[in-house]
Amino acid sequence: MRVYGLHAGLIALLLALHFVLPAYHHGNLARVMVLASYAMGYNLLFGYTGLLSLGHALFFAAGMYGMGLGVQHLGLSPAPALLAGLGAGAVVSAGLAALALRTGGVAFMIVTLMFAQAGYLTVLYFGAYTRGDEGFVIQQAQRMLWGIDLSDPGNRYLAALILFGCCLMLSLWLVRAPFGRVLVAIRENEERVRMLGYDVFAHKFAAMVISGTMAGAAGAAYGLLFGYAGATFASVQYSIFPLLWVLLGGAGTVLGPFIGTLFMFYLIDLSSGITTAYMLIAGVALVLLTLFAPQGLMGEVRRRLWRGLP
Amino acid sequence: MLLSTRGLSKQFAGLRAVEGVDFDLPKGEIHALIGPNGAGKTTLVGMISGRIAPTAGRVLFDGQDITRLPAHRRMRLGMAYTFQITSVFARLSVAENVALAARRRAHGGQVNAVIDEVLERVGLPDRKDQEAGDLAYGHQRLLEIAMGIAQRPRLLILDEPTQGLAEGEIEGFKILIRDLAQEATILLIEHNMHVVMELAGRITVMNFGAVLAEGTPEQIRASREVQAAYLGGTSDAAAG
Repeated sequence: MRVYGLHAGLIALLLALHFVLPAYHHGNLARVMVLASYAMGYNLLFGYTGLLSLGHALFFAAGMYGMGLGVQHLGLSPAPALLAGLGAGAVVSAGLAALALRTGGVAFMIVTLMFAQAGYLTVLYFGAYTRGDEGFVIQQAQRMLWGIDLSDPGNRYLAALILFGCCLMLSLWLVRAPFGRVLVAIRENEERVRMLGYDVFAHKFAAMVISGTMAGAAGAAYGLLFGYAGATFASVQYSIFPLLWVLLGGAGTVLGPFIGTLFMFYLIDLSSGITTAYMLIAGVALVLLTLFAPQGLMGEVRRRLWRGLP
Repeated sequence: MLLSTRGLSKQFAGLRAVEGVDFDLPKGEIHALIGPNGAGKTTLVGMISGRIAPTAGRVLFDGQDITRLPAHRRMRLGMAYTFQITSVFARLSVAENVALAARRRAHGGQVNAVIDEVLERVGLPDRKDQEAGDLAYGHQRLLEIAMGIAQRPRLLILDEPTQGLAEGEIEGFKILIRDLAQEATILLIEHNMHVVMELAGRITVMNFGAVLAEGTPEQIRASREVQAAYLGGTSDAAAG
């Protein structure tokens, strides 16, 4: 109960911040919540199941383009477009899971990386539809969801909060359910899990599809809320980001992805206000964190303060 | 017969690890598998449990041909396997280790009941919340067995369960296995001859990948073939 209280408390806090934050930070936090949803999806596969994917940008972009192309070329309204994005994330992650899960370890990293690169090149190749690197803007008129204007900062924040809240509670429920416990066990000792009679492949497959679908949902929401879809979001950079966020915040903790995304976002934001060499400051901070909190911020909290933290 | 193998063979890159083994295990027996290092015991048990694919031959479990079934499906049919090298989930609690084994059959509140019951049985009731990796080695072996019991197996395969246990712990282990034999058939790979001679109803001796002899402890002890190949004349077995 205490656990659910903590996580519901975070959602309540974020809702309260909606009314008090200055416009600049309000906008930042909306962005962080969507990106944190992406990181939570990543965390289910990396942090809990122990599978290091370097290709999650493929799922994020599948969601973004599933939504964006639907709006742009099929004239979909936001609700079915979001569903199209979600479906694209699910289908693409199921396809990649079926192939990549035949490998493990380093080979899994390489296979996911290669397919994500192929996805990125596909976006560029079909530039006639996707407008490649330049991307395309989703107009305000195309972003009306049931009469609610999603380009309005207030609505955008609340929409981001709903997505974030759903992903957070789903993650929390999942990792405490028997299914999630088996994922953790696979991370710890795969062969033992198999010899306990569990179908390891089926569990990994399900984990990857849930993870990819959540990433796809975040990608679709990102495009819709901020009104833009571009090839950058399919690039390798966007596969590395969630890995960094999750590592910083604490892999295998439910709150870690949010904390890590928030931390990294403001680290870059604040240091770029001080110097143009802001990546240097960010880099040093990351090195320090890796040295003194190798399990990430929430991992440290779990180690020192609250051992049962999920 | 609960378990049978017919002509079961395994070659590793030209090396014949196991060659044409016909093996029968009736229900309710404690059966020991012995033999010198490299005789093929672990490979044979690996093929029975599905960890290793055979090059030839068949495995039958309770009348069903399971040769082509993957390991996890075999476990679901009622096998349980404990590893030769301790293989618990070191960073998870003792209770969670057992829960993972129990949850395949039990659900909800039943799981806790199973955890309490099996930890009591192996003598680790006060260790529930400890991380499994922090347990003493002997206790980790007991946890392995607890995970085996929690699966409620019909066939429990133990690969060198007493390896690394102290004398006192071995006594406790023998009592535990006799107790378990009431509800499950037990196949035991074991090096400790005292344990084998005291526990096993029947013994199979392997050498160079083939079955050398099979019989009761008395017959095995008396067999010249076995003594020549394995027991080295008089030493251990005669004393046991």
